[in-house]
Amino acid sequence: MDGITELRDRYLGAIEAAGDEAALEAVRLSALGKKGEVSALMRSLGGMSAEERKTAGPALNALKDDLNTAILTARVRLADAALEARLATEWADVTLPPRPRAEGTIHPVSQVRDEVIAIFADLGFSVAEGPQVETDWYNFDALNIPGHHPARAEMDTFYMARAEGDNRPPHVLRTHTSPVQIRHMEANGVPCRVIAPGRVFRADYDQTHTPMFHQIEGLAIDRDISMANLKWVLEEFFSAFFGTSVKTRFRASHFPFTEPSAEVDIQCSWVGGQLKVGEGDGWLEVLGSGMVHPNVLRAAGVDPEQWQGFAFGMGIDRIAMLKYGIPDLRAFFDSDLRWLRHYGFAALDMPSIHAGVSR
Amino acid sequence: MKFTLSWLKEHLETDATLEEITFALTDLGLEVEGVSNPAERLAAFTVGEVVAAEKHPEADKLQVCCVVTSDGEKQIICGAPNARAGIKVVVAQPGDYIPGIDVTIKVGKIRGIESYGMMLSEREMELSDAHDGIVELPADVPVGARYIDVRPSDPVIEIAITPNRPDALGVAGIARDLAARGLGRIITPEIASVPGEDASPLAIYLAPDVATEACPFFVGRLIRGVKNGPSPQWLQDRLRAIGLRPISTLVDITNFLTFDRNRPLHVFDADKVHGPLTVRLAKPGESLKALDEKTYQFDGSETVIADTTGVESIGGVMGGLRTSCTEETVNVIVEAAYFDPIRTARTGRRLKINSDARYRFERGIDPAFTKAGMELATRMILDLCGGQAAEVTVAGAAPDTSRSYRLDPARVVSLVGMEIPRAEQVRILRELGFTPEDADEGTLQVGVPSWRPDVLGEADLVEEVARVASLTKLEGKPLARLAGVAKPTLTPIQRREAQARRQIAALGYNECVTYAFIDQEAAALFGGGGPEMQLENPISSEMSHLRPGLMPGLLRAAARNQARGFGDLALFEVGQSFQGGEPGEQRLVAAGIRVGHTGPRDPFGGRRPVDLHDARADLEAVLAAVGAPASSGIRRGAREWWHPGRSGVIGLGPKTVIGVFGELHPKVLAALDVKGPAVGFAAFLEAVPFARSRGTTRQALALSDFQSVERDFAFVLDAGIEAEAVLRAARGADKALIADVSVFDVFEGAKAEAQMGEGRKSIAIAVRLQPVDATLTEKQIEAVSAKIIGAVEKATGGTLRA
Repeated sequence: MDGITELRDRYLGAIEAAGDEAALEAVRLSALGKKGEVSALMRSLGGMSAEERKTAGPALNALKDDLNTAILTARVRLADAALEARLATEWADVTLPPRPRAEGTIHPVSQVRDEVIAIFADLGFSVAEGPQVETDWYNFDALNIPGHHPARAEMDTFYMARAEGDNRPPHVLRTHTSPVQIRHMEANGVPCRVIAPGRVFRADYDQTHTPMFHQIEGLAIDRDISMANLKWVLEEFFSAFFGTSVKTRFRASHFPFTEPSAEVDIQCSWVGGQLKVGEGDGWLEVLGSGMVHPNVLRAAGVDPEQWQGFAFGMGIDRIAMLKYGIPDLRAFFDSDLRWLRHYGFAALDMPSIHAGVSR
Repeated sequence: MKFTLSWLKEHLETDATLEEITFALTDLGLEVEGVSNPAERLAAFTVGEVVAAEKHPEADKLQVCCVVTSDGEKQIICGAPNARAGIKVVVAQPGDYIPGIDVTIKVGKIRGIESYGMMLSEREMELSDAHDGIVELPADVPVGARYIDVRPSDPVIEIAITPNRPDALGVAGIARDLAARGLGRIITPEIASVPGEDASPLAIYLAPDVATEACPFFVGRLIRGVKNGPSPQWLQDRLRAIGLRPISTLVDITNFLTFDRNRPLHVFDADKVHGPLTVRLAKPGESLKALDEKTYQFDGSETVIADTTGVESIGGVMGGLRTSCTEETVNVIVEAAYFDPIRTARTGRRLKINSDARYRFERGIDPAFTKAGMELATRMILDLCGGQAAEVTVAGAAPDTSRSYRLDPARVVSLVGMEIPRAEQVRILRELGFTPEDADEGTLQVGVPSWRPDVLGEADLVEEVARVASLTKLEGKPLARLAGVAKPTLTPIQRREAQARRQIAALGYNECVTYAFIDQEAAALFGGGGPEMQLENPISSEMSHLRPGLMPGLLRAAARNQARGFGDLALFEVGQSFQGGEPGEQRLVAAGIRVGHTGPRDPFGGRRPVDLHDARADLEAVLAAVGAPASSGIRRGAREWWHPGRSGVIGLGPKTVIGVFGELHPKVLAALDVKGPAVGFAAFLEAVPFARSRGTTRQALALSDFQSVERDFAFVLDAGIEAEAVLRAARGADKALIADVSVFDVFEGAKAEAQMGEGRKSIAIAVRLQPVDATLTEKQIEAVSAKIIGAVEKATGGTLRA
């Protein structure tokens, strides 16, 4: 059987030497193909004696197996080498800027509105809304601002034009979100805890005023709600909103629809022209508030002998400016793409109590 | 309202510091808007004495003075006419800052001679506008002393007065608040009446049209033989300190009492008045040249004071020029009256006159102080101008303002949330001039003083107690939390608004907030601009009409951005648009526009102009996000501001439109200066129906284990046939088997017509077949293919493309 050893060595050498798939296939055919040398030997087994077959058979089968295994191994080796060679040619500039993908943004007013809603939701306040064109009754009379009250003149009210012959008092573009107090209590009664965010309008346009801006109204009515509860709610709110403990200061003031009334300042410091809320010994006026005036409760059909509570109103744009360091109110409504991109928020940055309300 | 610290101290005896006073004022609701202390800007200046003054050799109007200062003798060049040897002056030395001329003094040469400082005028020290000479100090002040030590300065305090506090428009009223707070003791002098030397020759009539309401009370007095002229220095200083210009003694006295006691008065020259005085309503067409030298026309609603020649002054608002007091006035009539707040406000507003008198009368002065005010004015005039006062003439009577309200001290504690003992509540009210009396069940019956017209019920009394007790001391108390897990707080539409907003931003749009009012031209382009949407008093013609939609604001925003060099834009807004001018005639719209290209240029060639299909895809994404049913159908019929051939609406049934999309009309773009292409969409969020109480369980998912088969078909069609017709026909061919049909190619235009004939195009669709019972056989596939071809050909009149 020396012949078999010689065959094995020769073919294993040829398989090892095959440089590509074609050469390997040629070796396979010459050994194991129909006319191959090993195949011919296999066929010759039929002519052997049983004794000879006993030794030649297993030897030939082992040879065949060895060659097949070697061919498979060589195939993998060749395929790997070919892939290596291909990959070596497949270079791309990975620093090339990719296909542009537009990134949308959420306006700061919307983002901050969502932040405020999330915080007040945790305190049990739901969201109420009302129309932007209001009757003068809802905007003024029901809020204890009669026709001759100086506050009416001071509000810089926008009036809707009245057709000739229409002698109703002109409607107004609501000057505050407070009419929603009345509408909400009329529709839902008390007790209640609501906030009412929305657009409001005043005929004023300068460095710090725009004829349209955004307010958020708060209203909580129950049997025994006090101004001390108001202070707690506002301090909790501001602390959550600014992400740091914020003290408030109440100063007596006057609003026709609340009594007692207070202007509320939040604690802040000015360091190097930078405003920091929640530290220092400065105070910044941020909202007006008070205990709902009995006349307002009565206008909304609520008995002021039985019910009491607080209301407040603050500017969404203003607290957005404070929180995110946005300098100019007028730019909020200018839609300058550069501004929208710089001060905007990502679409999926939805504020929530569990994930946080600040970005 | 401005006043000085020393003025306040004429009514309030106090040891409190300026800081304590200003803190208390703000805390009491009299918000301090500013304190200016002249001492701060004058601290450097010292007293000097001019010991010699000689004419400057090179200048006629200049003098070379030798001045003894804190640093010894100095040479100072001075141009003041009163600079002379022997006077004491105010000296600024090199390095000192002169506020009135905004200059820091240096040693300098004036016409060749050195000057080592400056002697100051009042204007240079910002004490007044006087600049006709340098300040001369009394001879006994010591040389070298600080100016602010020899002329102690008086801090000026400015406070904001809320409309409910007319009583705080006088220094005496401010002192009352501070005393109630415990900052001192009231020392406002008692007012003694001045008996007349003879009977009053004045005849004053209140006409019936004013006597009951507009002017129920009028007190007049003639004072003869006065000498009018500049008022004394202390009075001028006081008025100047609060920004008023001294005019003459008589006028200055009325201004002083306006601010001292909130008691507006009027003085007029008796020799210019003809006959009796009548207080009446103006006659329409009458006019008056007032003290501001403007002529005012009356419409008949104004309260006026008239003599036989006509209107003499506008009651509670402004006097007339004809009867005004001058330096020559010797006989003067003093008027103290009560004018109704509402009518005074209306008159002032109509005539556009803002005067200190109007400001006070429209907020409500103390009617019970009318007579006392007259006595006080008489005393001052006699003291400062001499003369003899006649008796007063009184017409009408002070309106009775007496009233009282019940106050429950326990309710005060409940409302404020602060322990304020009953006794302290009583004390506060007493100090403020209220008269609390014990009443039933521990309550108080509280009388209201005549100077507090704003107090109209228990709530007002609560506020008085609370503000004096100090809200700064208020401690927060937790508001009880609601039990259990918090419930959702958004209504379905509010949730939908948030979903739409976040979805559109996720599509790559930038959110804008644009004004709710726009110009008429833009409004008219979008179906608005009518009179019912018009503002009566717009702030500008750019903001005159309620917006009928969000497109105009977004397109204007696009034009502005294009002008800044940004050509490719995707802008959106979610907000209200208006259908009319009544409350509630508004609807919530989410709208977006894409302008220019899909993105910036890139190396991959993917950039293309935006088209209506982008807008539709965006709209469908928004509608899907807010839960619109998948069965919504597309049809034509968008409004006239859309491109007639390249726009569509998405509706639920024939009536309900839930969205619109397409290219904007080229004329609209041109009118709004937007360079196209521009496409847009609007989703009407309230029009999408809300699902009726839907459970959370989804329909079971049916998945088939048998292989699906995809087959392509191309049809030759009339160019006007819409893809939707082909898709609908194909889908309907075998509803059980056909899982999906989609368009994968459209071949149209010149090349297509060359192949398939004029007015023809080809649409190719892919149909996916999903068997549920068994794998499809070739025969079954052929059968369903034939059904699809038949259905499409029948519906569209087209043919299978060979």
